[in-house]
Amino acid sequence: MELNTLTAHNLMELLKKGDICPIDICNNIINKIEKTEKSLCALAHFDKEKVLERCSNLSKGAEKGALWGIPIFIKDNICVEDELTTCSSKILKGFKPPYNATVIDKLTGLDAILMGKTNMDEFAFGSSTETSCYGPTRNPWDLERIPGGSSGGSAAAVAGDEAIFALGSDTGGSIRQPAGVCGVVGLKPTYGRVSRYGLIAFASSLDQIGPITKDVEDAAILLKAISGHDEMDSTSADMPVPDYLSGMKKSIKGLKIGVPEEYFIEGMDKEVKNSIKVAIEKLEKLGAVCEDTSLPHTEYAVSVYYLVATAEASSNLARFDGVQYGLRADNIKSMIDMYKKTRKQGFGDEAKRRIILGTFALSSGYYDAYYSKALKVRTLIKMDFDKAFQKFDAIVTPTSPTAAFKIGEKISDPLTMYLSDIFTISANLAGIPGISIPCGFTKNNLPIGLQILGKPFDEETILRIAYNYEQNTDWHRIKPRLI
Amino acid sequence: MTYEIVIGLEVHLQLNTKSKVFCGCSTDFGSAPNTQTCPVCLGFPGSLPVLNRQALELGVRVAIALSCRIAKEIRFDRKNYFYPDLPKNYQISQFDQPLAQHGNLSIEILQPCGLQDEPSAMAQKNIRIRRVHLEEDTGKLFHQKDYSLIDFNRSGIPLLEIVSEPDMNSPEEAYSYLTALKSILEYIDVSDCNMEEGSLRCDANISIRKKGDSALGTKTEIKNMNSFKGVKAALEYESKRQMDSLEDGKRIIQETRLYNAEKCVTEPMRSKEEAHDYRYFSEPDLAPFDFEESLLEKIHKGIPELPEPKKNRFIKDYRLSNYDAAVIVSDKDTADYFEKCANLYVNPKAVANWLMGDISAYIKENSVSIKDLNLKPERLSDMLKMIDSGVITGKIAKTLLIEVIKTGIDPRKLVKAKGLEQISDNNLLENAISETIAENQKSVNDFKNGKDNAVMFLVGRVMQKTKGRANPNKVNEMLREKLKGVK
Repeated sequence: MELNTLTAHNLMELLKKGDICPIDICNNIINKIEKTEKSLCALAHFDKEKVLERCSNLSKGAEKGALWGIPIFIKDNICVEDELTTCSSKILKGFKPPYNATVIDKLTGLDAILMGKTNMDEFAFGSSTETSCYGPTRNPWDLERIPGGSSGGSAAAVAGDEAIFALGSDTGGSIRQPAGVCGVVGLKPTYGRVSRYGLIAFASSLDQIGPITKDVEDAAILLKAISGHDEMDSTSADMPVPDYLSGMKKSIKGLKIGVPEEYFIEGMDKEVKNSIKVAIEKLEKLGAVCEDTSLPHTEYAVSVYYLVATAEASSNLARFDGVQYGLRADNIKSMIDMYKKTRKQGFGDEAKRRIILGTFALSSGYYDAYYSKALKVRTLIKMDFDKAFQKFDAIVTPTSPTAAFKIGEKISDPLTMYLSDIFTISANLAGIPGISIPCGFTKNNLPIGLQILGKPFDEETILRIAYNYEQNTDWHRIKPRLI
Repeated sequence: MTYEIVIGLEVHLQLNTKSKVFCGCSTDFGSAPNTQTCPVCLGFPGSLPVLNRQALELGVRVAIALSCRIAKEIRFDRKNYFYPDLPKNYQISQFDQPLAQHGNLSIEILQPCGLQDEPSAMAQKNIRIRRVHLEEDTGKLFHQKDYSLIDFNRSGIPLLEIVSEPDMNSPEEAYSYLTALKSILEYIDVSDCNMEEGSLRCDANISIRKKGDSALGTKTEIKNMNSFKGVKAALEYESKRQMDSLEDGKRIIQETRLYNAEKCVTEPMRSKEEAHDYRYFSEPDLAPFDFEESLLEKIHKGIPELPEPKKNRFIKDYRLSNYDAAVIVSDKDTADYFEKCANLYVNPKAVANWLMGDISAYIKENSVSIKDLNLKPERLSDMLKMIDSGVITGKIAKTLLIEVIKTGIDPRKLVKAKGLEQISDNNLLENAISETIAENQKSVNDFKNGKDNAVMFLVGRVMQKTKGRANPNKVNEMLREKLKGVK
């Protein structure tokens, strides 16, 4: 059996029965990586020997953690102690943090096996994983196409069966959009649900770590594993973590689901639109009550996002200066020269673009017109959701306006690229949870994602809707044939 | 032309918390470089700040002691600028919503025309406090010949910035402000207030204007002073420099100047002063939170009686002069010492005199603190009682004091052991007086010839003979009696 194609919960059962050992899973994955990684380019750092060593170091006693022996891949912006953590950027060349992110401590505490780091857009700046210093990741459904981004490496690895599941991070859609275009499940938790300690910040008020998995049950398992209050992150919420696994299995009969008209815009892909419509009908058949609704400030989300996110990013990325770690340019003449050359050589075009944009938005004379105004509109967007959630238990939308586009198609046109996140950005601005699940294919056999958005800290309901939908459809069972 | 000097001060205070403001690293001074660091205070990627509640509470103590209005919501901002001692290249600080605003500090100033009876006539002046805010300290750079080293031990130590309004009108007032502020800060035990170790730093803004003008003149900012006296000297120099410039028909340039303590001058900062745009924005890693009323109350209760009210109480309860009271309350330990002693002994003024005289001299000479002195208040009051009851003379008391401070032995025991009791016994004194008269015929003659002063010389000789133990009044009395009979 090809264990690498299974889900974590499948493997947990097999491990429990004693049918397989963790090393069997790892070997299957290693074999698969050796076969397909060259064409997929989903991984940023992978060291076979280390994986085997971790496998043999697994606790063999009676006390086994909930994820004992389950391999997991980590996006390259999440710190793993003494392991390369570079955000797929030259400027962090060779950087090995002396500490673990809280989510890593949680996972290893549950005896999961860390496999390596996945490729991403540089510093999570992008929707296509084309801005990585390691080269673009490819979509397993069509190697000419992008896997989405910025967690494109994680999504492609999971979709391409190089990974059982993986962690991604989502600032404006970076988990959900790649999950959508790769035909897997991606969940962005409520802001504050998962500790950000050790996640190299893009936009601190928007970033969340979350699972990318092969099915909804795995998403629930992984979310449970990484959630909870962390004293090291004062923005993490001190709230109990529910048992997602049992909660999601309840029927969705009578649940009220809103369908916002602003998410079915002119010019969006007809196949995507049609698939979402069919999915909504399916939800109704399962007993949910779906109704049209409105989130009137949706049209401003992209503009607001590219001010707030870049403003924070310009400050967050200031620390990459060549002083303490990562790249320091050669032949420097002075302190200022060191800053300039290091940052010029270390950052890619998109990183530079966003730093400049954010610096501008915060500059005196422009602050009020841009950053400050963006914050006000952000509040309006959040209020749209607050209002909608007074009536609805959840909101469904497409995850992205189109299926995966071709590599190189939008890279030179940032504005068009930014619109790839048009349906996912609002959830980050509002801080609410969202999940993307497979809901169909285009004629070209490219996956389409259904996004379900929920109330703050109500991941339970979106998992429940997703699980019920998934159990009554087969989309998640269809694997890419190309590799 | 008569000018008016206008001064505002910015004080940066390191709060004496055990750990840093946004991480758990120790704040101990003087450890080996970079041994008190962690990913947070080194600004490593992925690390996040967590507010040290003790730092906040100490900040609030200061705010309360300076009668400030305290913010209902606590929030932080990022101040963005590149410098190698700032590991994140932004400083977590507070911008448009500081911890506290609108405070007051009363300072003692010398009465300009000496209208009052007291020799050192003092008056009160109120200096308004503009804002008090909490931020993190930076690392420290050590410049070598062609490279620089950084010590991040200081990075993340809680700093409280206390900004005054431009309410001071002379370098003396600035000095007085700093003394009063330091005194309060020591009372509420929030900082070591050590300018040499950098736990208290002060920058000054100074401008001058024609007396009577309401608009402020162009100001300069003075940095790099490392003592209160340095601040005063720098302001004296700078105010004169500005006046001379104006007199010469020049304009004052708005700039930052560094004080050169060796030359006692201020010099323009060599680097070109650029207009900084710090691009402040709300720190997203620290969620704003409301300051709990109950905590405020708790902190309020923990604040001791402050120098100003204590001074007024000392004047009222112990009948001290304004001057004596001001000197004594300026140091909390001295004030506590005084009060203990004054409650054990009937004459507070005498306690004050000893404290401000011999004891203060000893403390200064030996650089010790009154707390660590062997002379406990009980001992001092015992000694004073011995003087009053005639057991020892005031003169003996002075040497006895030093002896008690050095040995810590009970003064009563010391007096007995060393035989220092005052001699009032007539027979004993009789001998000494007779001897003195015999040995100092010249003075005796002077006295006879009407020089009344000569008797004082003779009293002194008797005191010498008795090693200061004779009761001087009695000796005086007996001498006069005896001299009457001498031919």
